[in-house]
Amino acid sequence: MLLVDLLAGIGRPVLSGCAAVGRVAIFAAVALSHLVRPPFHARQFLRHFLEIAYFSLPVVALTALFTGMVLALQSYTGFARFNANAQSAVASVVVLSMVRELGPVMAALMVSGRIGAAMAAELGTMRVTDQIDALSTLATDPIKYLVTPRILAATIALPLLVLVADILGVAGGFLIAILKLGFTPATYLDASWDVLRAMDVISGLVKAAVFGFVIGLMGCWCGYHSRGGAQGVGQATTAAVVLAAIMIFGLDYVLTEAFFAR
Amino acid sequence: MSGLGLSVRGLRKAFGTKVVLDGVDLDVPPNSSLVVLGGSGSGKSVMLKCILGLIPPDAGQIIIGGQDLARVSRRERRALLDRIGMLFQQGALFDSLPVWENVCFKLLAQKRITRRAARDRAAEVLAQVGLAASVGDLWPAELSGGMQKRVALARAIAAQPDIIFFDEPTTGLDPIMGAVIDGLIVDCVQRLGATAVSITHDMASARRIGQQAAMIHQGRIVWTGPAATLGNTGNAMVDQFARGEREGPIQMELRR
Repeated sequence: MLLVDLLAGIGRPVLSGCAAVGRVAIFAAVALSHLVRPPFHARQFLRHFLEIAYFSLPVVALTALFTGMVLALQSYTGFARFNANAQSAVASVVVLSMVRELGPVMAALMVSGRIGAAMAAELGTMRVTDQIDALSTLATDPIKYLVTPRILAATIALPLLVLVADILGVAGGFLIAILKLGFTPATYLDASWDVLRAMDVISGLVKAAVFGFVIGLMGCWCGYHSRGGAQGVGQATTAAVVLAAIMIFGLDYVLTEAFFAR
Repeated sequence: MSGLGLSVRGLRKAFGTKVVLDGVDLDVPPNSSLVVLGGSGSGKSVMLKCILGLIPPDAGQIIIGGQDLARVSRRERRALLDRIGMLFQQGALFDSLPVWENVCFKLLAQKRITRRAARDRAAEVLAQVGLAASVGDLWPAELSGGMQKRVALARAIAAQPDIIFFDEPTTGLDPIMGAVIDGLIVDCVQRLGATAVSITHDMASARRIGQQAAMIHQGRIVWTGPAATLGNTGNAMVDQFARGEREGPIQMELRR
């Protein structure tokens, strides 16, 4: 009897987790199917694209700049212990770390906190104030109007933000290397260029697109299905950020494995 | 424009073990105005959401304009729903859009009108609900409760629907504003020649906007009759409800 209870205790959350994954997958499939089915809500897409790509720029830029600066400083002090060729090692670590990992992940976390939460809060409020039902009665598919443009905007905007984050992260490392560590600018830049491959940038941008999709999806999913007034909207907002962050880290590993594992 | 008739047969809906609709039967002839009365939790709003396709019913038929919603194709269903207008209890105006876009949302979403023409159309419909054209440039958050209700009414009628549903149209309004909204509802419905179905627990409002009335209690329609007779119907439940009496066949579930 105890064993049955134990198995039931394990099985119930597993089954409910599988059901939730299935529901999210169907939600995503429906949202994506609207990309090829008119009418298209271009105005909605542009509004969200501007909100994500342009208004997230300051926070992503600052995060990337300081991350690059810290990275240069930390890697220099680390390599100094092993008497390594600090100049080229620091340049390599900064550029590869930023472009492959830290640019996409830091930008995604910042955008998740800023945009994923906002999406969940906005859609959650629309849900609890009947605005989503109102859309249906106005002959408009709520997923097509609310969800598809947001997911598309996040998926396209994040790679652009990551491109900026990559450049500023490397620039942050460069500033510290030149102004504080006394490296030669030309040598540092040469070392950066030498180590960088097209695949490093491409993998970072692909990661960014996947992370953008996840942020948009979780923000919309949590908001769209929120219930219970203000408290429900708050829970949806928290869930959107937490779930997106977990998925970003998990997918980051999967994509890194796919791109770079030999 | 001609109103659409509505028939509901054996409508059932339960949430878990809680049965909310237990076989609702209702008939609303074209161009008539029916008011559905009922206490809080009696199933009024769930019934309305089932009719509008917002909640799938567990059983029963919903027939609008002679077409069973469960048997029509997706395209026919969309065409049918296209002829429906709805005024939500709290207005449900879109916060992110100015008033004029709210009013003409359906027309714009279906590209039946240009944005420039939509502004003119919005001004025209706002005038019908007693609002100045300048209100069109405001945002929903800048409006009072009464104005929001009027804008929501304007949105419900802007696409000239054949059947309009009103979910507690006077809730949260003072008695004078409630009477104003009721008057506008009657005017708009008559002007459009539409069928109207309202749910409310405001007796004064029910008498003003309804020709016929029905009472829903514990998920069933327990009475139908002329709205003018409310309070004096001879049905103990309806009369208790209409007079707001504590004693009678309807017992509120209060926990002490």
